[in-house]
Amino acid sequence: MADALTEHLPPLSGQEALVESNRCLYCYDAPCTRACPTHIDIPRFIRKIATGNLTGSARTIFDANLLGATCARVCPVQELCEGACVLGADHKPIAIGRLQRHAMDYAARTGLAPFATAPATGRRVAVAGAGPAGLACAGYLARHGHAVTVFEKRPLGGGLSTYGIIVLREPVDIALAEVEMIRRLGVSVETGAEVGSSITMDDLLARFDAVFLSAGLGATPQLGIPGEERILDGLAYIEQSKLAPESLPRAGSVAVIGAGNTAIDCATIARRTGATRVTIVYRRTEREMTAYPHEIDFIRREGVEFRTLTQPIRATEAGLECVRMQLGDPDASGRAAPSPVRGSEFLLSAELIIKAIGQHRPPLAAQLGLDTDRGFIRVNSGYETSLARVWAGGDCIRARGAASTVMAVQDGKLAAEAIHRTLTGGA
Amino acid sequence: MADLSINFAGIRSPNPFWLASAPPSNSGAQVHRAFEAGWGGAVWKTIGAPVLNVSNRYGALHHAGRRMIAINNVELISDRPLEVNLREIGEVKRAWPDRAVIVSAMVESKPEAWREIIHRIEDTGADGVELNYGCPHGMSERGMGAAVGQVPEYCEQITRWVMEAAHIPVIVKLTPNITNITYPARAAVAAGANALSLINTLNSITGVDLDTLEISPNIGGRGGHGGFAGPAVKPIALNMLSALGVDEVVSKRGLPISGMGGISTWRDAAEFLLLGATSLQVCTAVMHYGFRIIEDLCDGLSNWMDSKGFATINDVVGRSLHRISDFKDFDLSFRAVARIDEAKCIRCDLCYVACNDAAHQCIDLVVRDGARAQPVVREPDCVGCRLCYNVCPVDGCIAMAESPSGRASVTWDQLSRTRPEVTEDWEAMKRYRGEQGIHIH
Repeated sequence: MADALTEHLPPLSGQEALVESNRCLYCYDAPCTRACPTHIDIPRFIRKIATGNLTGSARTIFDANLLGATCARVCPVQELCEGACVLGADHKPIAIGRLQRHAMDYAARTGLAPFATAPATGRRVAVAGAGPAGLACAGYLARHGHAVTVFEKRPLGGGLSTYGIIVLREPVDIALAEVEMIRRLGVSVETGAEVGSSITMDDLLARFDAVFLSAGLGATPQLGIPGEERILDGLAYIEQSKLAPESLPRAGSVAVIGAGNTAIDCATIARRTGATRVTIVYRRTEREMTAYPHEIDFIRREGVEFRTLTQPIRATEAGLECVRMQLGDPDASGRAAPSPVRGSEFLLSAELIIKAIGQHRPPLAAQLGLDTDRGFIRVNSGYETSLARVWAGGDCIRARGAASTVMAVQDGKLAAEAIHRTLTGGA
Repeated sequence: MADLSINFAGIRSPNPFWLASAPPSNSGAQVHRAFEAGWGGAVWKTIGAPVLNVSNRYGALHHAGRRMIAINNVELISDRPLEVNLREIGEVKRAWPDRAVIVSAMVESKPEAWREIIHRIEDTGADGVELNYGCPHGMSERGMGAAVGQVPEYCEQITRWVMEAAHIPVIVKLTPNITNITYPARAAVAAGANALSLINTLNSITGVDLDTLEISPNIGGRGGHGGFAGPAVKPIALNMLSALGVDEVVSKRGLPISGMGGISTWRDAAEFLLLGATSLQVCTAVMHYGFRIIEDLCDGLSNWMDSKGFATINDVVGRSLHRISDFKDFDLSFRAVARIDEAKCIRCDLCYVACNDAAHQCIDLVVRDGARAQPVVREPDCVGCRLCYNVCPVDGCIAMAESPSGRASVTWDQLSRTRPEVTEDWEAMKRYRGEQGIHIH
């Protein structure tokens, strides 16, 4: 079994990158660029790899996506750029993600500044949350010469890139290097500082000209079943696998509740840290799973089992007691509503049970009394919240569609431009 | 199954593929192995004057991730002692009586020197001799190689000396580093040469190292022009080959030509045959992949000949030569237009940007039903330049369809004889275009 704690894909060698970049057709008005939520000029950065201009390649990426190193690793490229590649129809699409990583690795290795920053404007912006949206917003504001301070409640910056993406996809040092790169642009990142508790919004609005909220989502909800205290929180489990792998609980049999991308990641870690039997327990069918199809394929190959139409009802020392489900009419989410089949209870033996059933809506919205949309912070097309001088982006505004790092970066980038226009008196 | 054997000016070989005079034919051991692999013949690496070589003698041109689309060398003629070469040539010929063993030679421009080397070569039992008038580096500085090939008078004089001495077929190998290849070719013909071969390598500098600013390859801090060969030179070789094929003086004598310059595959080989080569020499492809490539050279050529109904190599030789033409004899009324097969199109839009930026602006991006834009040719405006066809990455997606212009066939030559004013005066040309319905947008 491959090591759980090293990056899954090796970097491309120089020659591999040369051959792959030369395979790119350099499409005009390329569909990959359109498919990228941050609209990286992909043919341009790939051509620069082909010509041996890695500095220019990396800067092409940074221009559209400051967190290109993370996105190169965690983006669902099959669904985005590579899925749109014109060579996908009857050849193999270009390995855009891995080529982007090649350019980003070069930038990291050489300490390349992503861009030059403008002279200081004297304007000050506070960013709440050092995840992808916050870092991107801070970096692009710094480019315009604004003084930015990022407040992060946790000890490390990077948000989910640091705490929530399994090492298999992105090692911790990649995320931390991005935080350092943003710092080198002149951004101050203060950790252990939580907006809404240790720092009040009034305080921020008094000290700063603008505030950008990128605080992500809340805690994992309760299942509300007996024995829940025996169940590990999936996000905490992943965090431990990244930051304290030596103390990660290991077990021969593991049950994972949920079938989103976090559940998939938990199952992967469990399997790769020695579990011989890992079972995903999901109350609906594979059709309703929110994980990406390629991720589901991936863990099937890792040997993870699926128990669909199965609802946990109690966690015990022996494992997870479940009941079989059947699908009925669509519920509020538009997915078929499952209901229990009487008398079908059974025990799924498991030494370790992990839940990955999504996250609560952002608590900041209620704390600050902001207008919300289905519990998420409501923003207008310019990322403005209902509170003057306060903008927001990232998962905390993602009322619709799948949350992803690349969408968060795009929010941060566009919000930075909106804030810049406001601060400089533009439209 | 096609008969691949050839009779080249009396030199017989079971197939038309010979190792060119170069590093792969540097020693008896190599030529033995080449013959074991199936090569029809070998032109021994040039023997003659004493030399000393340098390191980093091979440069190369890499392109778009592909290694060595051309090689460049400053290696001189054989640096092994003459006696060793002659002994091994004799041994190889005795071991392989059915293969063509030709010896390339180059000595100082003195009649006695040439007479002596020819006689010593003949003593080995070799089937023929090739006069190296092409080496563009080192030897040319000493008045040999290309220094001979570039001066038709020298070429003729030395060939005469050789023809007076030789009893075996003599092939004159020409340098491409000359403005008009027919001049040295005619000189060789006039001197009585039995055959011609071309092309030798082209003068070239492969590049400059952007880290050190040294010439690449770096020879002790210096670098300089070397001989360029390999796939990249094939079109130049085909042009010079066909120039001999259509030259009145050369073609009238019916001299066989040994073609070379970038032959890597049987497809290249077939093209050289069609443009008039009878034997084919290969070097760079062997330097890249080894002697084993002979298997597909023969197999592919044989299968292609079978599919075309060609029984012998002679059925193929020169078969496309009659189509070689000067511009003045092209039909000005011939018209083709680009047609894009939308079912095959992957919408990379390379045709669009090429046409729009670099050609005649006659491809539009048409958006239908909100789908990704489809490149569409505006046929009436298409001049049929063929740029889109060339850049399209999808096989068979863009076709150049013949589209009758409706005008009577006419060449520039005919026009300049029948309507000379049209070819000399823009106003007359405008009138002519008007009456012919020629509109250039």
